[in-house]
Amino acid sequence: MAKELLKGNVAFAEAAVRAGCEAYYGYPITPQTEALEHMAKRMPELGRVFLQAESEVAAINMVYGAACAGVRVMSSSSSPGVSLMMEGLSYIAGSEVPVVLVDIMRGGPGLGNIAPSQGDYNQIVKGGGHGDYRIITLAPATIQEIIDLTYEAFDIAEKYRAIVVILADGSIGQMMEPAELPPMQEVRKREDRAEWSLTGAKGRDPRVITSIYIDPAEEEVFNLHLVEKQKKIEANEVRFSSLLLEDAEIAIVAYGTAGRIAQSSVKQARDEGIKVGLLRPISLYPFPYDEIGKVADQVKRILVVEMSGGQMLDDVRLAVNGKVPVDFYGRMGGMVPLPDEVFEQIQELNQKANA
Amino acid sequence: MQTEIIISGFGGQGALFAGQLLAYTGLDNGMHVTWFPSYGPEMRGGTAHCVVIISDDEIGAPIVKNPAAVIVMNIPSLDKYESLVRQGGVLVVNSSLVDRNPKRDDIQVVLIPANEIAEELGNQRLANLVLLGALLERLDVLSIEQVGEGLKGHIPAHRRNLLEANIEALIRGAELSKEQLEPA
Repeated sequence: MAKELLKGNVAFAEAAVRAGCEAYYGYPITPQTEALEHMAKRMPELGRVFLQAESEVAAINMVYGAACAGVRVMSSSSSPGVSLMMEGLSYIAGSEVPVVLVDIMRGGPGLGNIAPSQGDYNQIVKGGGHGDYRIITLAPATIQEIIDLTYEAFDIAEKYRAIVVILADGSIGQMMEPAELPPMQEVRKREDRAEWSLTGAKGRDPRVITSIYIDPAEEEVFNLHLVEKQKKIEANEVRFSSLLLEDAEIAIVAYGTAGRIAQSSVKQARDEGIKVGLLRPISLYPFPYDEIGKVADQVKRILVVEMSGGQMLDDVRLAVNGKVPVDFYGRMGGMVPLPDEVFEQIQELNQKANA
Repeated sequence: MQTEIIISGFGGQGALFAGQLLAYTGLDNGMHVTWFPSYGPEMRGGTAHCVVIISDDEIGAPIVKNPAAVIVMNIPSLDKYESLVRQGGVLVVNSSLVDRNPKRDDIQVVLIPANEIAEELGNQRLANLVLLGALLERLDVLSIEQVGEGLKGHIPAHRRNLLEANIEALIRGAELSKEQLEPA
């Protein structure tokens, strides 16, 4: 299929449609509203469910209900809206039903603004709502990547009966770039829904989906089960991309839009003969600790670039484990770092590295 | 090679569409492109802009500090972008709505009374493509013919009746731009 010029929000919505998403529940919020618009048009056309809920709280609980019924279901929102979904996400995690959520982050805290930000890394990657669980978090840097990751997210969510969040910022939601859409999958037939799903108990024993374990000993057994599942996720689902790291003396670690901006800066610095490379985590949970650890064995310094005050920075420090100095450059509040700014940081680091 | 273009004007002047047209045409001609809009309340009346990057290689940052070319369709846009155009770059000014001359002498400045020309062509709203035509004349990135083809492929169905007028607008803009380059 030929490449089309697609806006990020429309692209991931259509990718979800093609992944066989049977129901979408959401509430409009800039900068992700075009996804809702696209779903409002596409889902009824295909005889599927689109519902604009009265709030994000309602939307995520509708998602929870549909997921219990074993259908492919999703929502999308942006930072303040996702905050409202936290309780629901925790119940979903406690019930082990597969759900896909796209979070197009904007400037915060509070109402903040609608500009691109990566300020919600901690909120999503470190767990979301209350309780002991993790969210599989995937961070695209291009329109093609948000398509591919959203398409695959439904399979991953079902494989682990877990939540997958696609964590991107407003610029990925709003920009247009050529990309190719995947083939259409039909929605799952009722008789093919998972063996745990609530499809009506006529002629069989009822099934129960709950997140209540009154007895702490029982809750702990469930918690341990989640921990076992996390080990599998950590073993199987680490994703990252690397650029020019082979001979690098300085490595940049940056994800999403900050990653592609850093990519420009790396090329600029290479033209000046500075040996710099880029590791771009694609999965934020599970985080590429081992891979960044290996990079730390080879380089003299590491620079973390984020559109936040330094949130992924903590994970990079854990990965580097004190082997080399870890520097940070971030912009906040919806300000996007320019390639020139990151380039200046690289120049500075290069002087320190070779002092 | 990579070319970054910013198009900026009041919401409704067609800055975002002119940028999309460039991006579509770049894609149709096998180039890498990104189109990054301002997406706030500007869309509904303030100053709206988009950044278009056209490259023969993969594009990293979809934004830029010093673009190779800027089209300014109103005074606030000139105030914001004049100083940012890369040295040796191109600044196309809609002189119908901008009553001061740019101060830079290290860039190409093209002054186009786009609203008047658009009116001559029968529709005020063609001003964006007059300016785009003027820019393309000065940039070695896409030709007027290529963008005309792009327009055929991507003009919304409900505007198809304006296709010929839009192509004419591109050509008129290019002609004026050329005349300024080689005074008669």
